[in-house]
Amino acid sequence: MAPRRTRTLRQQETRAGLTLLSPTLVVVLAVVVLPILWTILIAFQRLRLRDLHRSGIFGAELTLRNFETVLTSSGFLNALKVTLIYSVVGTALSIGLGLVAALVVRKPFKGRTLVRASMLLPYVAPVVAVTFVWEVMLHPELGIVNALGADLLGWKDPIPFLDQRTGTLSLLGVDIGVPTALVVIILYQAWRYFPFSFLFILARLQALPADLDEAARVDGATPLQRFRYITLPQLKGVIALLAVLRFIWTFNEFDDVFLLTEGGAGTEVVSVRVFRYLTARGDVGAAAALSLVLAASLVVLLLVYFRFFVGRSRDAEAV
Amino acid sequence: MSRTGLDTEVADRRPGAETARRRRRPAARPLSREIVETRVLGVLKWVMIAVFLVATLFPFYYMLLLSVRSIEDVALDPGALWPPRGVSLDAFREVLRSVDDGGQGFLTFLRNSGVIAIATVAVTLLVSILGAYAISRLQFFGRRQVHFLFLAVYLFPAILLAIPLFVLFTRIGLRGSLFGLTLVYISQTVPVTIHMLRNYFETVPVSLEEAAALDGATRLQIIRKVALPLAMPAIMATSLFVFMIAWNEFLFALLFLVEDRGRWTVSLGLSQLSGSIEVAKTVLMAGSVILTIPIIVLFFATERLLVEGLTSGAEKG
Repeated sequence: MAPRRTRTLRQQETRAGLTLLSPTLVVVLAVVVLPILWTILIAFQRLRLRDLHRSGIFGAELTLRNFETVLTSSGFLNALKVTLIYSVVGTALSIGLGLVAALVVRKPFKGRTLVRASMLLPYVAPVVAVTFVWEVMLHPELGIVNALGADLLGWKDPIPFLDQRTGTLSLLGVDIGVPTALVVIILYQAWRYFPFSFLFILARLQALPADLDEAARVDGATPLQRFRYITLPQLKGVIALLAVLRFIWTFNEFDDVFLLTEGGAGTEVVSVRVFRYLTARGDVGAAAALSLVLAASLVVLLLVYFRFFVGRSRDAEAV
Repeated sequence: MSRTGLDTEVADRRPGAETARRRRRPAARPLSREIVETRVLGVLKWVMIAVFLVATLFPFYYMLLLSVRSIEDVALDPGALWPPRGVSLDAFREVLRSVDDGGQGFLTFLRNSGVIAIATVAVTLLVSILGAYAISRLQFFGRRQVHFLFLAVYLFPAILLAIPLFVLFTRIGLRGSLFGLTLVYISQTVPVTIHMLRNYFETVPVSLEEAAALDGATRLQIIRKVALPLAMPAIMATSLFVFMIAWNEFLFALLFLVEDRGRWTVSLGLSQLSGSIEVAKTVLMAGSVILTIPIIVLFFATERLLVEGLTSGAEKG
């Protein structure tokens, strides 16, 4: 008697669970999963924007020409390189800044809630508004950065930060070439997304047990030593998680780059290129193919990361 | 407590009478590494807090500052840190006036953004409360797979999704409609909303719901009368989060609505006009302020709830 009753309860729960979830599943399947599968199909078809209304879904013949177009086009390798630099440096900077920010507001002080909330503003504010403010701040004629640079640092000519591919930085008499626009979008990336890392690291910091730190203090470890040997190892997990999340999002980032530079001046990341194929050239097939290439590169990079990461910790265990 | 550490440090350097003399006069003892680091870090901490505050707040102050200055004034004195010739609200008047009256028509954009964001919040919440409840309370086959699917959707890049949705919505004639855009926003926000609500439902004791079930309440009654009132703070926080996502979104609005100015959202309108030379930057700054203020107000009103909802589970590492 007893096992039969449990099973019916189980079945009941399964039915109720799936019923409650069905609206979600319908939405996610219809607007996310099926479209993604369809992208794969489109990538193997010659599909132009102007033919959208006419051609059938499975009508066109399958071909590899889109991938050929996309992979051999001039600028593809450079876009991949720019994307990689942008993602790696942007991720590292945003996590580093987030860590510093979390450490300085770790202990309670007067006005801490307000300070914490202010530090989250770049992340929650509308992307179009903050990119526009950056654009105006960096504007050669109207911007405050160039005005202050001329007044305080004696810049002779205004620097077109978002339109300059390469600038020269004179440091101790040595001229160094700097990819100005790329540096700016990376700094923007760090500014806008450090709050995300800050939030997660702070949450973890505040959940750390105090006794380890206390014990190290009793043993005479200085604040820096305690950070290096006690706190940091306990933050490893959350930092690794943030590195993966931020890398995924930065690698596919479109809004920030498009709004700041439209991909000009050496900042064309792959996602902006996808957008260009779709809108400017009206080549839907090539856009789909390039977006698949983007996704595939991301998967490969993540696999390498995990292999490296898992492999290293296994080595450590062996030692 | 820290005395132990200092004493051993001194004891290590025992040879030499100098050390012994120093020990008798603790005030003159050379600064230990502990003290130096504590002091330096103590100062550095406040310097860093100041730097962070300036870096995060200044762009918003600058936005406000430019919105109340005239463009001629800015061109004359771009480095001013306060409005040198007083505050003028002309830019706000121009940006809000309809296009027929020579303005930029941001009131229409505000209406579009508002309709889309509120509709997204309403539908997303309805759908995801049911879903989150199912995932957190009911044991059923496929529960873990569903959860994994949602995580994947959350991490999935929007640019990849943009192409098929663009094609699909063009085909079925939904592109260019606010309804189509709302549908996309719902699909983008439901997974993360379910995740946030599920975390909350799991902290609510089941015993209350079991008591209601014993009293003969149906599943839907339990959700409505027991689980929902208890989860109200989390639901509020989640709604605001969804509102912010829908209000701030740019890529899909650009792809779907760009052809018809009457359907632009505030974000889209601002980005489209910022490229033109006819509209003064100060006028668009007023537009940025209008776009940003609802978000900042909502954020400061609910900051604690939101932070807890976003990072719940993160402290476990």
